[in-house]
Amino acid sequence: MKIATAVRCLASSLVVALAATAGLAQAQKTELNVYTALETDQLKAYTEAFSKAYPNIDIKWTRDSTGVITSKLLAEKANPVADMVVGVSASSMAVFANEGMLQPYAPKGLDKLSSQYRDPANPPMWVGMDVYGAAICFNTVEAAKLGLPKPQTWQDLTKPIYKGRITMPNPASSGTGYLDVTGWMLMMGEAKAWQYMDALHANVAQYTHSGSKPCRQAGAGEFPIGISFEYRAVTTKKSGAPIDIIFPTEGLGWDLEASGIMKTTKKADAAKSVMDWLATPAAMELFAKNFAVVAIPGIAKPLEFVPADYEKRLVKNDFAWSAKNRDKIIAEWLKRYDAKSEPK
Amino acid sequence: MSTAAASLPPAATAARVVPKVHWQERLAQGLLLLCCVLLAVFLLGPLAAILVKSVQDKDGAFVGLLQFREYFATPALQRSIWNTLWVATTVTAITVPLAFFYAYALTRSRMPGKIVFRMIALTPILAPSLMSAISFIQWFGTQGLLKGLLGGASVYGPIGIIMSSIYATFPHALMIVLTALLLSDGRLYEAAESLRTPTWRKFFTITLPGAKYGLVSAAMVVFSYTVSDFGIPKVIGGNFNILAVDIFKQVIGQQNFNKGAVVSLVLLVPVLVAFLVDWRMQGRLHAQFTARAVPYVPKRKRWFDTTMFAYCTIVALLLLLVLGMAVYTSFIKLWPYDKSFSLRHYQYGLIDAGVISSFFNSLKMAFFTAVFGTMFIFASAYLLEKTRAMPLTKGAVRLLASIPMAVPGMVLGLGYILFFNHPDNPLHFLYHTMAILVLATVVHYYTSSHLTAVTALKALDNEFEAVSASLKVPFYKTFFRVTVPVCLPAILDIGRYLFVNAMVTISAVVFLYSPSTQLAAVAILNMDEAGEIGAAAAMATLIVASSTVVCIVYALVTRFLLTRTQQWRVSGLA
Repeated sequence: MKIATAVRCLASSLVVALAATAGLAQAQKTELNVYTALETDQLKAYTEAFSKAYPNIDIKWTRDSTGVITSKLLAEKANPVADMVVGVSASSMAVFANEGMLQPYAPKGLDKLSSQYRDPANPPMWVGMDVYGAAICFNTVEAAKLGLPKPQTWQDLTKPIYKGRITMPNPASSGTGYLDVTGWMLMMGEAKAWQYMDALHANVAQYTHSGSKPCRQAGAGEFPIGISFEYRAVTTKKSGAPIDIIFPTEGLGWDLEASGIMKTTKKADAAKSVMDWLATPAAMELFAKNFAVVAIPGIAKPLEFVPADYEKRLVKNDFAWSAKNRDKIIAEWLKRYDAKSEPK
Repeated sequence: MSTAAASLPPAATAARVVPKVHWQERLAQGLLLLCCVLLAVFLLGPLAAILVKSVQDKDGAFVGLLQFREYFATPALQRSIWNTLWVATTVTAITVPLAFFYAYALTRSRMPGKIVFRMIALTPILAPSLMSAISFIQWFGTQGLLKGLLGGASVYGPIGIIMSSIYATFPHALMIVLTALLLSDGRLYEAAESLRTPTWRKFFTITLPGAKYGLVSAAMVVFSYTVSDFGIPKVIGGNFNILAVDIFKQVIGQQNFNKGAVVSLVLLVPVLVAFLVDWRMQGRLHAQFTARAVPYVPKRKRWFDTTMFAYCTIVALLLLLVLGMAVYTSFIKLWPYDKSFSLRHYQYGLIDAGVISSFFNSLKMAFFTAVFGTMFIFASAYLLEKTRAMPLTKGAVRLLASIPMAVPGMVLGLGYILFFNHPDNPLHFLYHTMAILVLATVVHYYTSSHLTAVTALKALDNEFEAVSASLKVPFYKTFFRVTVPVCLPAILDIGRYLFVNAMVTISAVVFLYSPSTQLAAVAILNMDEAGEIGAAAAMATLIVASSTVVCIVYALVTRFLLTRTQQWRVSGLA
């Protein structure tokens, strides 16, 4: 009897003690719900570095592709779960800002960032981390088998020899696809860009539903030429696929990985700390390991497989214009290419 | 979820006070009504939230049918509808006979290796549908070994979709047809044999009519599955537009929930047609497995058994080839350029921090789905089939049970966000929990499980209930003493079906998981997206392996139960 009581006493005091410790630990640590489209291996490195700088903030990541994360945030609009968004495309951030989902914040050291890599509003709704732009993946092994010369420019892709050899993302399914289309429009002008896409369409074997897939297909030898983006091109090449990466000289469409704070968050202070950290040179150095251009000039080092003048090839972007004309451009694109894009 | 079953015992004590038959009948009716309400909350609620979107513009203002008009003005739509219908019809026309003869061989012949054949036939549902499409690309794509078989046609497009869909729907159809064939009255065959009826004639006059209901159900399931699955056409469909991909384009590509809702509505039309067919069949169906029935015991016939064995071997080999390619991909360095053996995908997959926890999350989720889902689905099917009166409630439950198959997972998942994350919803606390993942998965896979339960229950004569009632045995006693034991094979099948599907489900849960409930199949989707085909294949292999282990353990544990309750049918199962 006595022993049992003693044991019970001990057990209950233990439980109380444990609960107290847990409560204390929780009081010190702020948990942040962060939605992201960053790659998992990038996340790991960024989280480790961030935890060292801010040990009191515990980030809980919800990671998915840009399309899914954007849809999820919009669907949750009535009652947001996320405290902030990190590493989602600037085009999506522009949509969130339009929907009134973000709160403006100027992180410390904002003035060091290039003005084109942040929201022009002051204070900005969102701030960029790094740039990802269009790139062509070209499978050298399959090209040799088929006798295809290596294309150097966007115009080259319209040559009849590439008929049925090219894949690109469908702008109606993929943000990367839309970035390609707007990129061409910004560098060629709208009318010329449609002419160009008409000619390109004759050579396109497939419009894919994701921006990564064309490069993957090129890497696996399914279709030798894939219009994709730089980061995926570099990772595919590093995985051992026999591809060359081409950055057409006429210009490259691009987007940013950007971050912002949700208007509804109850943990704005912690979220602001994350924003501050993301804008530090230390964080930028981490981004520079994956991307050739980061938001603070002078930090990025030349990356393997990416030309030194990469940043100069980027077209002059206009996110507001892209967002405003999205429905119109996609409708026209679908009318021209989707209805008749069945296999012959 | 388990309310229906859990509330039975207290009712048992209360039943003594009130006149028995009356009270029990009301209890059963009340429970059926409860099932109906639960289905309405967890299926209709989210769907309604989506449908409201279809008559709103992006800012939430009411615009009537404007979204529909805009959408129907798109030239691509008619083509999408036509493509969807003819592809789904082709898949149904091939899969159902394929599955039927497989089931026929398993139940009407004495060929060896039945257990192995049965297990192989179920392998397609052990891996995500995405994986089968990738595997077909590797067999038939530009670098594929069997490319020549297509005679120059591209695998990207209808050919690829049809092949992958047949593969993916085969076990679904097989399960339903098998249940229908297992529960047949041996006396009919005995009578036919004593009259020297030839085999072909028995087939057309006894077997086929007896399996009619199962065949129609199987066709409905295959058709609806093909219509609503977007994983396969997204990967292998090329530029071939079908409705499910249109939804993907609207919802994920352009974040246009309103247009996505419109397409979802269009997609619901075929299932309503399928429901009407099902409804009409109801009236004509009579139970074949009467209280006096004896199970059919196939006799040894060399020619017949050999033919059936050969047929099953071919089908099983084809199924294994698809799975085998995925397993092979997980063990080589880089498809198709470096085919040397490597374990790096497993190391990568295992070392990657998130993956192991997501794998255990998946196991947990699948377990809860199997346990609670089976309980609810079978109990509600029982109440539906064996309760008297309440035609309106019954019709509602039937309709509700057949809707999920036509609702693309993505639409269901979005509906769950819009409905359960609404600030005014009292069930809001469910959001971002394991429970909501389980609920969404049970609802997502409801139709097929429900049809299996109904097919098994239909074959049971209502006389059992009538006799019990006249002996003043309460219905729940009949349920636990007769119905459950007799239907045990079907119940176990439902449990296993829910488990393996919960392991691989992606589209419904991709919107619903939270940082602490990440799932393995979602990890596969992300790895595939990132181009890590090898790692994705490795994870899929892991899922297939663990699901297989669970199936085997499950089979062993329940074997004892089976031999105790199914001795009268043992030959049919072996």
